[in-house]
Amino acid sequence: LLRSRGLPTSTARLYHGDKVAAVGTQPDTQSQEYVDNYERMKDLVDELKERSEKIKLGGGERARKLHMSRGKLLPRERIDRLLDPGSPFLEFSQFAAYELYGKEEVPSGGIITGIGRVSGVECVVVANDATVKGGTYYPITVKKHLRAQEIAQQNHLPCIYLVDSGGANLPRQAEVFPDREHFGRIFFNQARLSSDGIAQIAVVMGSCTAGGAYVPAMADESIIVRKQGTIFLGGPPLVKAATGEAVSAEDLGGADLHCRKSGVTDHYALDDSHALHLARKAVRNLNYTKKIQVTTEPPEPPIYPADELYGIVGANLKRNFDVREVIARIVDGSRFDEFKALYGDTVVTGFSRIFGYPVGIIGNNGVLFSESAKKATHFIELCSQRNIPLVFLQNITGFMVGREYEAGGIAKDGAKMVTAVACANVPKITVIIGGSYGAGNYGMCGRAYSPRFLYMWPNSRISVMGGEQAATVLATITKDQRQREGKEFTEEQEAAMKEPIIKRFEEEGSPYFASARLWDDGIIDPADTRLILGMSLSAALNAPTQKTHFGVFRM
Amino acid sequence: PSVRFSSVGQGRIEKVLIANRGEIACRVMRTAKKMGVRSVAVYSDADCHSMHVAMADEAYNIGPAASQQSYLSMEKVLEVAKRSGSHAVHPGYGFLSESTEFAEACKMEGIIFVGPPSAAIRDMGIKSTSKYIMSAAGVPIIEGYHGEDQSDEKLQAEAVRIGYPVMIKAVRGGGGKGMRIAHTAKDFQEQLESARREARKSFNDDVMLVEKFVEDPRHVEVQVFGDQHGNAVYLFERDCSVQRRHQKIIEEAPGPGISEDVRRKLGEAAVRAAKAVSYVGAGTVEFIMDAQQNFYFMEMNTRLQVEHPVSEMITGTDLVEWQLRVAAGERLPLLQDEIKLTGHSFEARIYAEDPNNDFLPGAGPLLHLSTPQADECTRIETGVREGDEVSAHYDPMIAKLVVWGEDRSAALKKLRYCLRQYNIVGLNTNIEFLLSLSGHPEFEAGNVTTSFIPQHYGQLFPKPSPPSRATLCQAALGLLFRESAGTQMFRDQSNDPFSPFASSNGRRVNILYSRNMALQLGDHKVDVTVTYNPDGTYSMEVEGEVFQVSGEVETEGQALFLHCSVNGVKTRPKLVILGNTVHLFSMEGSAEVSVPVPKFLAGVSTGAQGGAVAPMTGTIEKVLVKVGDAVQMGDALMVMNAMKMEHTIRAPKAGVIKKVFFKEGSQANRHAALVEFEEEEVIEVE
Repeated sequence: LLRSRGLPTSTARLYHGDKVAAVGTQPDTQSQEYVDNYERMKDLVDELKERSEKIKLGGGERARKLHMSRGKLLPRERIDRLLDPGSPFLEFSQFAAYELYGKEEVPSGGIITGIGRVSGVECVVVANDATVKGGTYYPITVKKHLRAQEIAQQNHLPCIYLVDSGGANLPRQAEVFPDREHFGRIFFNQARLSSDGIAQIAVVMGSCTAGGAYVPAMADESIIVRKQGTIFLGGPPLVKAATGEAVSAEDLGGADLHCRKSGVTDHYALDDSHALHLARKAVRNLNYTKKIQVTTEPPEPPIYPADELYGIVGANLKRNFDVREVIARIVDGSRFDEFKALYGDTVVTGFSRIFGYPVGIIGNNGVLFSESAKKATHFIELCSQRNIPLVFLQNITGFMVGREYEAGGIAKDGAKMVTAVACANVPKITVIIGGSYGAGNYGMCGRAYSPRFLYMWPNSRISVMGGEQAATVLATITKDQRQREGKEFTEEQEAAMKEPIIKRFEEEGSPYFASARLWDDGIIDPADTRLILGMSLSAALNAPTQKTHFGVFRM
Repeated sequence: PSVRFSSVGQGRIEKVLIANRGEIACRVMRTAKKMGVRSVAVYSDADCHSMHVAMADEAYNIGPAASQQSYLSMEKVLEVAKRSGSHAVHPGYGFLSESTEFAEACKMEGIIFVGPPSAAIRDMGIKSTSKYIMSAAGVPIIEGYHGEDQSDEKLQAEAVRIGYPVMIKAVRGGGGKGMRIAHTAKDFQEQLESARREARKSFNDDVMLVEKFVEDPRHVEVQVFGDQHGNAVYLFERDCSVQRRHQKIIEEAPGPGISEDVRRKLGEAAVRAAKAVSYVGAGTVEFIMDAQQNFYFMEMNTRLQVEHPVSEMITGTDLVEWQLRVAAGERLPLLQDEIKLTGHSFEARIYAEDPNNDFLPGAGPLLHLSTPQADECTRIETGVREGDEVSAHYDPMIAKLVVWGEDRSAALKKLRYCLRQYNIVGLNTNIEFLLSLSGHPEFEAGNVTTSFIPQHYGQLFPKPSPPSRATLCQAALGLLFRESAGTQMFRDQSNDPFSPFASSNGRRVNILYSRNMALQLGDHKVDVTVTYNPDGTYSMEVEGEVFQVSGEVETEGQALFLHCSVNGVKTRPKLVILGNTVHLFSMEGSAEVSVPVPKFLAGVSTGAQGGAVAPMTGTIEKVLVKVGDAVQMGDALMVMNAMKMEHTIRAPKAGVIKKVFFKEGSQANRHAALVEFEEEEVIEVE
């Protein structure tokens, strides 16, 4: 059932009592637990912000100075000037490549991506950072670029590429060039996106060599900055090697050549600011209107302050908290119309609004049982039926194990939930607010289930199971094996075996480890969750509604 | 309440034509409305959207902008008077107000001329006649000797009779040549010979006249009123000494430092003068006064003066109402002993002019106009509204600000307070000058003379100080608010009005958004680095100093006020942003800060980007260049005539003329580009 209307109006008549907050309690902010939690989470958030501020700088000071001395703007300045002045920017995966390439630092993976408003239109922006390794594409750079295009495709957002890149990183060409999800996919995507009516705009603000030349060439409309932007399949050194012809970069592929002779670019910009101004004009000429197909209501902030999340959640994943307290600090007016509150209570489901947009929220309050899985499945069906975006607040150790539960068919009930999550075509957004382990990750819309966006809190952990459990499982198997072989397995041996496993799980389960590899779209401050969900929903609602057809639910 | 009519009167006035424009037309209409008299406006083509036209019950076009063909055309005005069935014509001041012919013509047509009899206008219009009449009536006049006996003895004897100091002046003289002042009998001979020598050399004629010399005189005038029944009263004096270009800019009543005795003498002399010509209606007798408060008749103005409101304020009268009643034949509403002087009143005339450029009159649009709140003690006499144009065709006065206080210092304080709230953007005004003038210690002390401005010139034009860093923060904040207003507007039109993207919070994920706002201050640029804090405040760094800035915009009436806090100091300046310029007006002064136009836009902008543009609306007199000419910076390109002044437009840079947009005799609007230069490599990226 679609609800599309020309003007957003509050569809529901409000009655007495509807304004009363339905969820959340006042925490005891003086309690030792709260104070400890707050401190620990605050430390994690401060660390996150410190690391982010450092990444914000991009390449080294020398590289930045050289860049600016050429009259070029730094990539973040370019984005700031491209966007509507003062408007927010939803940046993705700042921690891409974080501690990924050993000693080589590649801040943000050498490419900045995100969603922002340009001339009133929400667009995906992809900006190469030439101060980081000359803007060359590392494997993770390619992945981040492709992810940005995927976001554009899923959410139907015009793409603006601010190109300033030396192309593929040659020493890593094998990890960058040949495969399906490698460099070539960028242009494949450009073609397909354009064919879907998703505008592709390129601004050439530096070099676009070899394969890179196809970014502007494949774009619907392209802009080039004189004396800075160059586009050629083979640069001057290659030309010299191939034919002996000596030619300057500007003569070979500068703005004058491409705007006056070749026609590869359409607009001639005098400098970076001019180019960005032209890009804004190009977006204005897209004749694009966002048609949202959900009801909206005037937003209200939650009645509880967001930073209380620090004190409630803390950093200790073994300690439980009520996910309703999290919901109360995210949704409009802390109002949450809970669904099936008394049934399958290890999963919490219900309706709310975030920035006026309707959402169905699924949050974990413990391990998933059959009832919880069936309840969540029911709720996903409701939201799909009603075209209500889904928000998953993931804090899950997994489905319940044990004879009783296996016999009760937990596997098929879990499968119902996974089927529902996989098939639901409404926008899905996942926030990992605690643990994300095992099949719980699947049921709660992990990365493999293509949520439109997936974010992690800095306290969260992701792995197939907890480090302790994994170590215990492995130790038990070893012990059994030893026993079969009649060998001894001492406590010391067990501890020595478990320790590195726990350590490794701890390391690999870190959100930074995940974010570096683009298993998420970014690590976020819990206090910003509401805003980031709001922006994500806003972006997601650009895409036209798709009907959902569920697969077979095993009964 | 309608006008009560006297039996001996000329008749009923139920409809009055106001043969004027601007503030005075509005002023007259206000009283007419109050009295239930219908008002008829006349207007030229240039005034068809003017305030006086909007205010009138009926309005008639009387021709083109030039006053000769409109407001000064007696035939047209009378024709409208007849056509509209007006019983009377109020001439205001200027235009036809002192035209004997017009007063006569009205009489012939049986229309009441709201003013004195034509004979009085005529007699007072001729200097020698008026002096003669006044002298005969016992009004003190400037003594002089204009005789044929040029012997040293005779001239010296006349000097003694007139009383020192005297001025010895060549009859043929001019421009200060052949003119000397003798302060005592001792130096008379020497000065006389010196004057004769110079006169012979300059004019080949040494006939001299001797006149009373008044050093640094005051200009003091008395408001008088007469009726058709032989009554005449005075409404005390006004001091209008402070003048520029021989025009008054600030007037007050009563005259400062004038004793009760002198006041009575002045008033009685003025009434004698009025009675001597059987004066009817409102009139002003002008005197010059020396430091000892001796006064001498100068001339009589047979009309309602610009500065009449100050007399109204201290006497609690409505002189336009008096005019209409008297014209209808009624007796004066008050007799002399019923007229009481209460308090003190000032009038400041707000002009479109450039005090820094010899008070050069200006014209142009009133892009922003906000005034102090009018009340019992504050009057804003104006004929323009925001968005109106101060026309180059007429007087460039924008408004009169009139205030009343218990005493002079209270009134002066109030005047300055109100002047601070009189904010105009779009053209140069004298408001800042009026502030420095009214704040001058000598002015505060009441030591005013006609030489006030030249004497204190240095202090009246203080060097403008650049805005403080805190002010720059306010300007930046104002610009940020404009951005959010734009976002708000977009949001309201969009079909997704609640999207968090439709916000100006500058939020970034995990990092703080900092941006550089370049501000243009005159000819130098200042960078303000603005960091958006998550709590909605801003940290602004100006020249190495960091300020914590927050605030909001509040609308009050038509004006916007910026409630802001800069490092904890809260202020509330008025905020006006027009185009690329931020104007901040506060009690501490005003500031103007611009946003530099990006280089890539500068090329196509027709604004005042240092191009060859018309400084004001006017007529092109001469075109000195043609297409293809190479010019150097500063070369004259065109001569234009505006506001009765010639302006030479010079090349802002060296270059080759590509296009000439105007030909001789055509009209150019303010800021219109006059020529275009050949394109060149203006922007160097490296």
